[in-house]
Amino acid sequence: MIAALLASAARAMSGVSVRWTERPPDDAQRVYFANHSSHLDFLVVWSALPAYVRTATRPVAAADYWCRGRVRRRLAGRVFRAVLIERRAGASGTAAGRDAVERLVQAVDEGASLIVFPEGTRGDGAEVAPFKSGLYHLCVARPELELMPVHLDNLNRVLPKGEAVPVPLICRATFGAPMRLREGEDKPAFLERARAAVMELAPA
Amino acid sequence: MTALDDPDVLRLLLIVLGLLVVGSVAGQALRGAVRTDAGRATVANINDRMRGWWMMSALFALALLTGGIGSVVMFALVSFLALREFVTLVASRRSDHRTLVAAFFLFTPAQYALVAAHWYGLFAILIPVYVFLLVPTSMVIAGDTERFLERTATIQWGLMACVYCLSYAPALLFLDVDWDSENALLLFFLVVVVQLSDVLQYVWGKTLGRRPIAPRVSPNKTWEGFAGGVLSATAVGTALWWATPFPPAAAAALAFAICIAGFAGGLTMAAIKRDRGVKDYGTLIPGHGGVLDRIDSLTFAAPLFFHLTRFFY
Repeated sequence: MIAALLASAARAMSGVSVRWTERPPDDAQRVYFANHSSHLDFLVVWSALPAYVRTATRPVAAADYWCRGRVRRRLAGRVFRAVLIERRAGASGTAAGRDAVERLVQAVDEGASLIVFPEGTRGDGAEVAPFKSGLYHLCVARPELELMPVHLDNLNRVLPKGEAVPVPLICRATFGAPMRLREGEDKPAFLERARAAVMELAPA
Repeated sequence: MTALDDPDVLRLLLIVLGLLVVGSVAGQALRGAVRTDAGRATVANINDRMRGWWMMSALFALALLTGGIGSVVMFALVSFLALREFVTLVASRRSDHRTLVAAFFLFTPAQYALVAAHWYGLFAILIPVYVFLLVPTSMVIAGDTERFLERTATIQWGLMACVYCLSYAPALLFLDVDWDSENALLLFFLVVVVQLSDVLQYVWGKTLGRRPIAPRVSPNKTWEGFAGGVLSATAVGTALWWATPFPPAAAAALAFAICIAGFAGGLTMAAIKRDRGVKDYGTLIPGHGGVLDRIDSLTFAAPLFFHLTRFFY
C-alpha cells in the first residue's frame, strides 16, 4: 500500500506522461533500462507500469545508498523489493562484480522483471553516459532475456542531484522497442547499441 | 447566505447546462454532416472540446457552490498547474531549483492564503513587490550569473501571469460591492464572458475568418473572428446585466473590456508558445491542450475587471 501511495505521489510530482512507442504494456518478463538523472527515476518508471506489472518488477539499486538508515533499508527491502548491488561492482571481473551479476541472474530466474540504470550514477540530464557492463553480463548469462529501453525526460529538472525538494514539472517516460543480445555481439558494441536505443527515444 | 441560496446563481448554472447540452448535441449532429477529412478532424476536435467544457463547467460550478473557500482552493490548484506548464516550457537552469521550489510551494499558496484572508493590502503587492525582490535575491544566493536577468524575469513573469493575475478571479468574491446579491455572480460574469469570447471568436473565425490579425503569432486568429467574437460576447455580457450590480450600459462596457483584455492575453501566451516551438502548454484538458491554454485570456481579464469594478462600484 505504501508502494501504491508513493507511486501516485511520484506520478503527481512529475506529472509524468507515459508513451509506449512499440506496443501496449504487457506483463512479459523483461529488463527495463533507462537513463538516470534523479532519485525519482525508478519510481517514475515503476509507477508508469500498470499495477499488475509493477508487482512483478524490481528495481536494481545501489547498496551503498539504500542500506544507509532504517527508512531507506525498509523502503528498498519491503516496499520496492529492490535488488541491491555494490556500485563499485561496475568494474567487471572483480569478485564484487560477479556477485552483482549473480544477484541479477537470480532475480531473473525467480521470474522478476527488473528496472536498471546502466549509467551507474545520476547524470545532469544533458546526455546519457556510457553504460556499465552489468547489463551485458546479465544478457550473456541469460541470452533469451528481453530488454526494453526507457527514456526519461525532464527528471533532472524535477529533482537534480543534491536537492531534497522536487519541483513539480511535467516529465515524460518513453518506452521503446524490445531488444536482445545478438549472437556473437561483443561487449562494447552491445552496450553502445543499448545506449543508442535509449537516446533515440529522446524528444526532438 | 451562500451562493447555493441565491436563485440567480442557480438560474445561471442552468443556462450554462443548457448551452453545454446544445453544444454537445450540435457537435454530434455535425459528425454526420461533414464529408471531408479536414472537416472530420475539426468536428472531432469540437467534440473533444465539448468534453473539456463539461469537465471544466462541473468543476467551476462545484467551486461556486462550495462558497468562497472552494473557489480559492480551485483557483490555487489551477495556478499551480498553469505555473507548472509554464516552467516546464521555459528554459531554467539547475541553479534555479530552490527559487522554483519557493515559487510553487511558498509564493503560490501565500498569494491564495491572502485572498482567503481578505487581506487586500498585501494581496495586491506580494508578488509585484516582495516576490520581485525575493526571486533575484534567492537566485543570487545560488551564485549562477549566467543569463541572470533573463532567468529572474522569466520566473517573475510566470508568477505574475499564472498566480498573481489569476488570483484576482477568486478575489472578486471578497470585493466590497454595494449590492444585495452574492459576489459569486461577479466571478461567474467574468468567467462566462471571457470563455464565451474565446469560443465565439473561434466559431466566427472558423466560419467567416479571412484576414489574420497576427499571422506570425497565431494564424487562426482573424479580424473577422475577433470582431464577431468580441461583439457577440459583449452582447451576452450585456444580456446578463440583471445578474450583476451593473446597469446594462456598464455591463456592456465591462464585458467589452473583458473581451479585449482576454484577447490580448490569448495572443501573448500564444507568442510565448510560438517562441518555444510548441502548439499547446500541456495535455490535461481534452481538446483544449493544457490548463494555461484555457486560462490565458482569464489571466489578463481578471485584474482589469477586478479593478474596474472596485473603482466604480
